Amino acid sequence: MHDFTKIIARRKRQDFLFGIVGALCTLVGIVTLGALLIDLLIDGLPRLNFQFLTSYPSRFAARAGILSSWVGTLLIMIVTACTAVPLGVAAGVYLEEYGRKNWITSVIEINIANLAGVPSIIYGLMALGLLVYQFGLGQSILTGGLTLAFLILPIVIVATREALRTIPQGIREAAYALGSTKWQVVRHHLLPYSIGGTLTGIIIALSRAIGETAPLITIGALTFIAFLPPPPVSTEPPFVSFDWLNSPFSVLPIQMFNWVSRPDQDFLLNAAAAGLVLIVITLSLNAVAILIRYRVRKRIKW
Amino acid sequence: MTGTERDHFRAREFAEGVTSTSALTMDNLQKSQKQVHPELGLKDIKAEVRDLSFFYGDLQALKHINMSLPANRVTAIIGPSGCGKSTLLRCFNRIHDLYPATRYEGEITLQPSGINIIAPETDPVEMRMRIGMVFQKPNAFPKSIFENVAFGLRLLGGSEKSIREHVEEALRSAALWDEVKDRLKDSADALSGGQQQRLCIARALATGPEMMLFDEPTSALDPLATARIEELIMTMKEQVTIIFVTHNMQQAARVSDFTAFMYLGELIEFARTEKMFENPSKKLTEEYITGHFG
Repeated sequence: MHDFTKIIARRKRQDFLFGIVGALCTLVGIVTLGALLIDLLIDGLPRLNFQFLTSYPSRFAARAGILSSWVGTLLIMIVTACTAVPLGVAAGVYLEEYGRKNWITSVIEINIANLAGVPSIIYGLMALGLLVYQFGLGQSILTGGLTLAFLILPIVIVATREALRTIPQGIREAAYALGSTKWQVVRHHLLPYSIGGTLTGIIIALSRAIGETAPLITIGALTFIAFLPPPPVSTEPPFVSFDWLNSPFSVLPIQMFNWVSRPDQDFLLNAAAAGLVLIVITLSLNAVAILIRYRVRKRIKW
Repeated sequence: MTGTERDHFRAREFAEGVTSTSALTMDNLQKSQKQVHPELGLKDIKAEVRDLSFFYGDLQALKHINMSLPANRVTAIIGPSGCGKSTLLRCFNRIHDLYPATRYEGEITLQPSGINIIAPETDPVEMRMRIGMVFQKPNAFPKSIFENVAFGLRLLGGSEKSIREHVEEALRSAALWDEVKDRLKDSADALSGGQQQRLCIARALATGPEMMLFDEPTSALDPLATARIEELIMTMKEQVTIIFVTHNMQQAARVSDFTAFMYLGELIEFARTEKMFENPSKKLTEEYITGHFG
């Protein structure tokens, strides 16, 4: 006869112990993050005002602002999204739906997964050699945007494929059984049904790209820039201009990096304020991702 | 009814419009004239399976199947799990083509056009437009009820008005119209399993196929929903030739006019359903039907 109470009590003790250890581990993460955020808020919040958002960098901490760097970040992100999204989604659809499953696709698959883990500065070096020197694109917004697009391309491809894989095979068979061609299945069914997962992946990828510093420094982003790129639209014909693509740029994380490395304490406050702006942008991007996921999940249940 | 028939004819005409002309040789035309099946005494044959073998890679899943499927009748395919009944059914709309390393041998000719469904030069897309399929699990698209039924029609083209008419007609044929007519814009997810399966039937019927394939259509449904689907299958045979796979022998006995019994990839016996269940000619069939194995 076993003494059940004793055995159960011992196992419950283990249960309880792990509960405590797990909670402690979680706390380490949360407390660190919270402390960072609060520190940033205390330092940066007083500096955050309209003047800060609309001023160029300056030698004087109190007059300096992040106008050129947030515009730079925005334009770079536009270039990155416009290239990485169509390329990544198309590649993901091809690999998942069109490509035959053989050893070549397996090798490509493994390499794409590996590319997602390559340090970002390697992408910077590649872009410097290829885009700046080989193709002569210069140290421009175009180069910066393309560099970050390369960086997040694997993430977009993997997200697209994973989103496609969640669609039950029965749905594909139903669409084919009605006489759809492959493209009709992709266009009318697979893309619409997987859009939640794909968009979430895209936004996560973009919020990673937005914080990248190393590859942009490598290709020669400026740290002090007191002018804006030429506007993309004008009142005179041809109304639309792409000159901004060739303009030099700075981005928020580089601006922060520059301010942090200065001896003047006041610039640290500027860096904290710029950091707040960056965090707000990233968090809002993530919020959008969560919202999309929530809405699509409500609409499509497998 | 005549309107329905006309529409079916039209969809067929459309489908045949894209048929490769090679199928319309004199030989095939002659074959398509009324054939009399020696054993079954059939007059109209809808499809003729000749020496059909099917392979998944190296595995031979179907072995030299021969059978004549009577037009406007329900043919049930029964047999134990893994006997190849679904595999056989899925040859008819070439759905196997979606998967790598699958291979057909022999022929399945569709009458009266005489086109060989599984010939490499036959376009599977065309075959799937002419032969509808309903699957084991209800697989409605996560779209509105209307768009589900309209999808096949949209592939054919046509005005929004005619699509609306055909959608209504298909939903009526699938005995679903009264339940959904006020919520055509609602998502198909909101329907019950049985309603979703009838929606899938309407979706397949909408384009007026010549033949309908059912792959264990009621295995995921409760008895009441099952009864409605069975009733539907029996009324649908007026319009289309039906083949349906089931693991439920009572269901085969209730619904079908002809029954095929398969075992280990071979067609053991094919006969009128009454004969099959009352007086099977093969011992294996008898053992299966009386529940000695399977």
